[in-house]
Amino acid sequence: MRKNISLKIFAGLVFAFLLVPLFIIIVTSFGTNSTIQFPIQGFTLDWYSKVFNNESFMDSFLLSLQVAFIATLLALVIGVPAAYSLARHKVFGRNWIKSFFLSPTIVPGLVVGYSMYQFIVIKFQFPIIQGLLLGHFLICLPYIIRVVGSTIEQLDFSIEEVSWTLGCTKLQTFIKVVLPNITSGIFASFMLAFINSFNNIPVSQFLSGPGVSMLPTSLMNYIEYNYDPSVSALSVILMLGTIVLMFVIEKTLGLASIS
Amino acid sequence: MSYVELNDIRVSYDNKTDILKDLNLSIEKGELVSLLGPSGCGKTTTLRVIAGLIEPNDGEFLVDNQNLTKVPVHKREFGMVFQSYALFPHLTIKENVAFGLKLRKEKKNSIDKKVKDILEITGLEALSDRYPKQLSGGQRQRVALARALVIEPKLLLLDEPLSNLDAKLRLSMRIEIKRIQSQLGITSVFVTHDQEECFSISDKVAVMNKGVIEQFDTPEEIYKNPKTEFVARFIGFENFFDLTPTEDWKYKAVDGTVFLSNRDWEPGKQTGTIRPDDIEIAANTTQQTTNMVSGVIKVRTFLGKSYQYEVETSIGTLIANKADDVVYQVGDAVTLSIPAHKLIIV
Repeated sequence: MRKNISLKIFAGLVFAFLLVPLFIIIVTSFGTNSTIQFPIQGFTLDWYSKVFNNESFMDSFLLSLQVAFIATLLALVIGVPAAYSLARHKVFGRNWIKSFFLSPTIVPGLVVGYSMYQFIVIKFQFPIIQGLLLGHFLICLPYIIRVVGSTIEQLDFSIEEVSWTLGCTKLQTFIKVVLPNITSGIFASFMLAFINSFNNIPVSQFLSGPGVSMLPTSLMNYIEYNYDPSVSALSVILMLGTIVLMFVIEKTLGLASIS
Repeated sequence: MSYVELNDIRVSYDNKTDILKDLNLSIEKGELVSLLGPSGCGKTTTLRVIAGLIEPNDGEFLVDNQNLTKVPVHKREFGMVFQSYALFPHLTIKENVAFGLKLRKEKKNSIDKKVKDILEITGLEALSDRYPKQLSGGQRQRVALARALVIEPKLLLLDEPLSNLDAKLRLSMRIEIKRIQSQLGITSVFVTHDQEECFSISDKVAVMNKGVIEQFDTPEEIYKNPKTEFVARFIGFENFFDLTPTEDWKYKAVDGTVFLSNRDWEPGKQTGTIRPDDIEIAANTTQQTTNMVSGVIKVRTFLGKSYQYEVETSIGTLIANKADDVVYQVGDAVTLSIPAHKLIIV
């Protein structure tokens, strides 16, 4: 019993450690003072309207959404077939290729960003938007290949063989049998890749150019010169977005299926 | 020309060791043929060559006089049942069964009728709207069978379909499979490592070992007249002893005992074998005649309906089973008689 209580206290402290900073941010977003302060004086929703009226926030938010969405979609189109081949066929150097696809998650983000800057911006001089898409596509791909790959490996190969014997070509089998059974993996990898792309700072920082910036970048730029609660307000909005997303996942697939 | 012909099929993955060595097999229309053997003998490989999942390095495969060696699996129109059942998890039972028919672009009411009929034959009507994971092992097996049968395949291929079921269910499912197979008169190939299962269900059995068919015969023939030592061992012969053929159509054992066998005398064969159940055991007699050896009991094991004795004799250790009406003790001297009509020469 005693052990139970101390465990509860310990768990409570961990939760507090995780949640109190978030709680403070939520509270500060309603303060009337022009700098971030806790506890707050007064109550206002002005900072929220300021966020929505801030053109740079809104533009970079939309851009971040678009880039994350398109880059993740592209990564799915390339990544799902790649994951399938790696899981099902005796590709030469399969383990090497798998590790290679994992590398962007191991190499420090700054290095990834810098090397992309070298190639995408300096060497090939991509237009900014295309460059951002390419960069984000590359950081999304590993998540897709790893998560979808492990889902495919868990799928009983004989259901594909049975589908061939029933008259399906390999392509028909992939569409009618494999895809419907890996949707949870695809959805999970999409979410992971999307959130990663949306939150990514180094790649966005290096690849953005004059007049084009992604949300994390413009948020950082803003904090550098203004320390007002609109940053808290924006953070609260992003948190709400994530909560809604998680709620949708929970309702459609169950959170357990993506963890 | 048989309905199904495998001619000199050779399969090798690395071109050094052959998984199948020049395998020949003929199956008549409507027959159920089993491929029986220990794991690694090539029985599943043979089935996969027939299905088209493996392309043989050499040889040809014909069905109904058509050469199908190069025909891809999805054009062969064979039904296959896998060990793991391999039901589509995202489809209901009805949809699983209809899968093959929908690909054939049949009319909807024709599909519905065929699906309904096969679900009736396999006793699954009540489950048609459930998903595979809501079914028991035996039910899944029947769905797999129904799905393979509904496309009216030229051949039904079964890859150890009963090995994941418990003993009781295995028994009833094999009767069920046999019933459905003969009701539809469908030519079938059944892979198993279980000899009892195989004997009870098959019209003919091919006993395989290391990529070759050691014997292809009816179950009765294989049970009574195994042609090779491997086959004999695999189906329960436990006593093997060296014999030398003599000029007068007899055999001589290492200790000089003369043996007679009702089997055809062939000069090349020199191993005698007999089942433990077929050896007669009696108290020691001094009178030695043909087909009799004396020995001493070394080990006695209680088997329930009988005792098993390990008897050390002058031709080697022999194992004999005897009902418990007369019980011998370890150390007793006994005489074993090996009836000529039960002695097999391999």
